[in-house]
Amino acid sequence: MEMERSVSYESDLNFKATELRLGLPGSDETEKQSTPCVRGHKRASSEISEESKGSSKVTDTAPPPAKAHIVGWPPVRSYRKNCFQKNEGEGVGKFVKVSMDGAPYLRKIDLGVYRSYSELLKALENMFKLTIGAYSEREGYHGSEYAPTYEDKDGDWMLVGDVPWEMFISSCKKLRIMKGSEARGLGCSA
Amino acid sequence: MHHDRADQMSEDEDDHRSPPSDLEFTSSEARNYSTVGSGSGSGSGVPESQAPYLDQVLDNVLDNVLQFLTSRQDRNAASLVCKSWYRVEAVTRSELFIGNCYAVSPARASARFTKVRSLVLKGKPRFADFNLLPQGWGAHFSPWVASMAKAYSCLEKVHLKRMSVTDVDLENLAKSLPGFKELVLVCCEGFGTKGLAAFVSLCRQLRVLDLIESEVADDEMDWISHFPEGESCLESLIFDCVECLINFQALERLVANSPSMKRLRLNRHVSIGQLFRLLKIRGPQLTHLGTGSFSLSDLVPQGDQEPELDYASAFTACKSLVCLSGFREIVPDYLPAIYPVCANLTSLNFSYANINTEQLRPIIRHCHNLQIFWVLDSICDEGLQAVAATCKELRELRVFPIDAREDSEGPVSEVGLQAISEGCPKLQSILYFCQRMTNAAVKAMSKNCPDLVVFRLCIMERHRPDHVTGDPMDEGFGAIVKNCKKLTRLAVSGLLTDKAFSYIGKYGKLVRTLSVAFAGNSDMGLKYVLEGCPRLQKLEIRDSPFGDVALLSGLHQYYNMRFLWMSSCRLTRQGCQRVAREMPHLVVELIGSNWEDMEMDDVAEKLSMYMYRSVEMPREDAPDFVTIM
Repeated sequence: MEMERSVSYESDLNFKATELRLGLPGSDETEKQSTPCVRGHKRASSEISEESKGSSKVTDTAPPPAKAHIVGWPPVRSYRKNCFQKNEGEGVGKFVKVSMDGAPYLRKIDLGVYRSYSELLKALENMFKLTIGAYSEREGYHGSEYAPTYEDKDGDWMLVGDVPWEMFISSCKKLRIMKGSEARGLGCSA
Repeated sequence: MHHDRADQMSEDEDDHRSPPSDLEFTSSEARNYSTVGSGSGSGSGVPESQAPYLDQVLDNVLDNVLQFLTSRQDRNAASLVCKSWYRVEAVTRSELFIGNCYAVSPARASARFTKVRSLVLKGKPRFADFNLLPQGWGAHFSPWVASMAKAYSCLEKVHLKRMSVTDVDLENLAKSLPGFKELVLVCCEGFGTKGLAAFVSLCRQLRVLDLIESEVADDEMDWISHFPEGESCLESLIFDCVECLINFQALERLVANSPSMKRLRLNRHVSIGQLFRLLKIRGPQLTHLGTGSFSLSDLVPQGDQEPELDYASAFTACKSLVCLSGFREIVPDYLPAIYPVCANLTSLNFSYANINTEQLRPIIRHCHNLQIFWVLDSICDEGLQAVAATCKELRELRVFPIDAREDSEGPVSEVGLQAISEGCPKLQSILYFCQRMTNAAVKAMSKNCPDLVVFRLCIMERHRPDHVTGDPMDEGFGAIVKNCKKLTRLAVSGLLTDKAFSYIGKYGKLVRTLSVAFAGNSDMGLKYVLEGCPRLQKLEIRDSPFGDVALLSGLHQYYNMRFLWMSSCRLTRQGCQRVAREMPHLVVELIGSNWEDMEMDDVAEKLSMYMYRSVEMPREDAPDFVTIM
């Protein structure tokens, strides 16, 4: 329990927390890592570099306990926390505009609500009352005259489905359902 | 005959002039009221020379004089003078403030104060905001509604903070008080749009409906349409926290029918186009505005971006505007629309606006009169430097993290703090979230901003030392308590040893509210504070190594305090029980289901203790997970 660690530094140097190990974070059952491994790795390495910096002070200050997810910390109200998870595009609530060639109105959807391309495409089909067809990596969308595309962070127009879902979620700025010959032109490696 | 200590309970307050509250308790015990001046026998609260004259003062003269006392500290003091003053004060007190809804019962309050027009009631401890208090803990408004319905026919204003309010409560409140004027709900929960609809339709004299940071359930009820038709006396409508769609046509009609409206804060479902329409109606009268989303609505004609929107002139008519907030889904391109009002603003809340330094600069340059500024750390240290360069009148700054996780990047640091301290010498209150901080910058602020009353620094990574020297943050916080002679509220963070607490105990003589998390080495830390800070009212501690010895060292202090919260510390059931036994007017609540399974002397690491003074028997509405000692 991390509480014990922060208390025990009055009596010992808390070797367990400073121990350099080759195991993954989370392999020690007292380190309650509920966050994904990627973040865990980052933390582990920054802890190590901090140890070497602060080594002369180790008798006065304890090494920090494992950075498991802590309830209510930092002390920011959930309402506020949730507002910004939305804008980051990492979780629920990432709104992007969707346009469709030939339609008079733009729509807006919340990408965070979907967990996969198939869910997203089905929703688009429902929203615009059309069929989008099947995706294949080499040929793009075929089986209909529509192709879903998106503008990414760099301003490039990409075919929906080319990159892994997570990457799509974080880089998609807006969607456009192309129609007709333009649509067929995409996806064929020129 | 003497009044028991119950009636002398002082109410904590947020202003600076509280009399030492131990006076109320000790004097009440010593008190021996007598109607004929008895000189030395009248207890320590009564100046000797006044005793013979008091019974000559006619009640109605006193009545007229006491009407002029508005501050509750003054009224508390006046009520202690003698029975006659106590009685008249009770009858003339029109504003009742109850800092802890469990400290006194509705029945007792309404028995003593019979002509209350305004009630302020606070419920849950603040750490409830951070999910440290399980749902269903309490702070129910219902018993108060029932009691007020009977007792207070002239009650017109209710202000609740962290209370649990139901739809039925809202309806009953409106039904029993037809002349009701003002409802303010801050950090409340338990009700929804259904309750709001009932409330607004019944309260025909409503002037103020302010819903602030409250959780409102979406019952899919169009509550705005439930305001009565025709001219309204509404002066303030704040609903920026209400996460439900609203009927804009009904809102527009309501705003048009409210010639007295001065404060309007919209929720994020109101688009910028809709905002501009409302400003055309009410712009010149508004003093407080919450802009809503400040972005386009979901449904926009393709190819044109609402060409009828006149961004340049929308705000020009807002000559009275002093307080601006909102920007819930901001499109930064539209920010220049607010240029016309910047120079008049005293308060600007950008804390929901994801903007960077370059987007902030052109705005803040115009805000020379700004006194209150809330913002996200997305503006970076450079943004804070821009603030420091212009906002010389700044009194309050809050910098919130856009990414509130422990291991986030942290775009602001000691650089921003230092800049603010140098540019804004009139600063009185600061809340600053960051990842990197130094003692030097905190010390600089303590010297540059001598008027600081509130200093809350949150270094988000736990146990983080000074990132330049590697030292604990003891010296920085020490400098704050030492140099900021007016400091009443402090929140500490970062790596802190008992030394930091020794400074707080030694120098923090005016500190009333202290928040501690992941700090200290031993019981000594808490002892320093309990022994050194005579004005302490509210102490909230989490995840710090303070145990029974420390807890028991504060017995002399606990009746002077509103509450003590300790969670995930090193308390045992035994220690808590001992406190409860020694202090009969203290309610000691153990929160969390395993307190009962624990042995008496097991250290309760994950559990919480909440303890508060009360003149009542322990509450009967406690849920299963609360054990009252």
